[in-house]
Amino acid sequence: MNNLDEHRPGVVATALTKSYGPVEAVRGIDLVIAPGETVAILGPNGAGKTTTLDMVLGLTRPDRGRVTVFGVPPASAVRSGWVGGMLQTGTPLDRLTVRELVTLMASYYPRPLSVDDVLRTTGCADLARRFTNRLSGGQVQRVRFAAALVGDPDLLVFDEPTAGIDVEGRHDFWDAMRGIAAQGKTVVFATHYLEEADAFADRVVLMTRGRIVADGPATEIKARVGVRTIRATLPGADVARLSALPGVMNAERRGDAVTLSCSDADAALRSLHSMFSGMRDIEVRGSSLEEAFLELTAEQRSEADREQNLTVEIAR
Amino acid sequence: MINVTHLRYEVLRTFRNHLFLGLTIGLPLVLFYAVTSANMNHHVDGVSFPLYFMTAMAAYGAMYAVVGPGGRTAADRACGWTRQLRITPLQVRTALLSKAVAAYLLAVPTLIVIGAAGASLGVRLSPTAWAETAGLLLVGLAPIAVMGILVGYLMKVEVAPLAIGGPVVLLALLGGEFGPLFSSGVGLNIVKLLPSYWLAQAGKVAVGGGAWPAEAWVVVAVWTLAMAALAVVAYRRDTQPL
Repeated sequence: MNNLDEHRPGVVATALTKSYGPVEAVRGIDLVIAPGETVAILGPNGAGKTTTLDMVLGLTRPDRGRVTVFGVPPASAVRSGWVGGMLQTGTPLDRLTVRELVTLMASYYPRPLSVDDVLRTTGCADLARRFTNRLSGGQVQRVRFAAALVGDPDLLVFDEPTAGIDVEGRHDFWDAMRGIAAQGKTVVFATHYLEEADAFADRVVLMTRGRIVADGPATEIKARVGVRTIRATLPGADVARLSALPGVMNAERRGDAVTLSCSDADAALRSLHSMFSGMRDIEVRGSSLEEAFLELTAEQRSEADREQNLTVEIAR
Repeated sequence: MINVTHLRYEVLRTFRNHLFLGLTIGLPLVLFYAVTSANMNHHVDGVSFPLYFMTAMAAYGAMYAVVGPGGRTAADRACGWTRQLRITPLQVRTALLSKAVAAYLLAVPTLIVIGAAGASLGVRLSPTAWAETAGLLLVGLAPIAVMGILVGYLMKVEVAPLAIGGPVVLLALLGGEFGPLFSSGVGLNIVKLLPSYWLAQAGKVAVGGGAWPAEAWVVVAVWTLAMAALAVVAYRRDTQPL
């Protein structure tokens, strides 16, 4: 960040809107990302994640609203070499070796890193002499990652960087990514893997149908949903009686194991203890990001359905 | 400003395509020897057959060479590379200028090899005439190089090779690269509107000691500008969908 004022904002999007024909891909989003933050943009297919990132990168012009990157329009930030990234679609340029490709990318930036260092830190050193069309899916992503890093940009944007690669490849990728985020880079990545957003982002921006429905640390988003799960071993319990306990929304039983979804886990636990002395192996868990994700996107879905019904009624 | 690394890899990537060497050097070389050795003492269009056909085959091979870097843009678009470049500091005009310079660098080996082949079959020109022939060929290739960029931004990767190879063969056929089609009349007046006609004439002009007539310069300039204007439209359409 040697050339950037540390008080400058990272990415600022205001009332960003973009339609493709009749499809409203992004419907007025506001987003502020501070320098050095690692932010995950999470959402199902068609949520507007890629369109949002394309506008941040200056690849797509917003219909309304504006976006700045380190205080300037995206195109200026790109020209200054402050931006790097991996787009969703893309295979490396063919008829080049991995080293040649990374060297080529380095030549575009004013202050690139050493090609050898980048190949090493991204786990591409062994691939350096390999031609780019002779790589596995995981290797391709690592090479694209190296190509994105070598220019030493301040903002790194990754659009579904681990889509279609195996678990081990994803693990390697995020290991390398952790090192980058630790260097104070601003990192924005889109993903539909909830565990990635949970594990690697300081902050999760949840998008669905072109809108942001939640924005905050993963723990906060999970807490917002407020559902907790109690699991326990409870021989001979009656499901109907369990469901009627204070704070319990739903009860299930498999053999001696019961699972209770609770709106108030503390109250539920107190009554369980007083009523069932034989209860053991108690486990209380906050909801997973996946549950939060489903619940928050479902709210949005039913809202959208209501909007649609209303439109239909008005049309009549 | 030229990015030397970008230019170097642009040229290197083309040479790594073995088909490229076959089309730009192998094919014209074989055609030149096969056809010229059977027509050594003939004259065509007022010059010796070896000189005419040497110029024609150099033009034919070089036309394939100069459309290469531009045409490969279709593949660069298909793999997402052109989009990737748009989020780097590399300017579009630098990328296009590199393609143009690469196109000319790739044409040079063809001109040297076919020129040497001509000399081996008795083509004798003064140093000035060699330089003039080569110079006119390079000028006349400009619209063809820009046509490559146009096709590269216009066509999908599956059809780009055809969309490039087809016009090159057609231009070569009509322009007289495989032997003049017309010696007079309306047909001649029509083919004189093609840059490939003036490419084939480059050797003859050199022997006559004169330069191209004004007509040749106008044809080449108009073709170059028209191709460039269309290429700009195709580029905009590719980068700003909807």
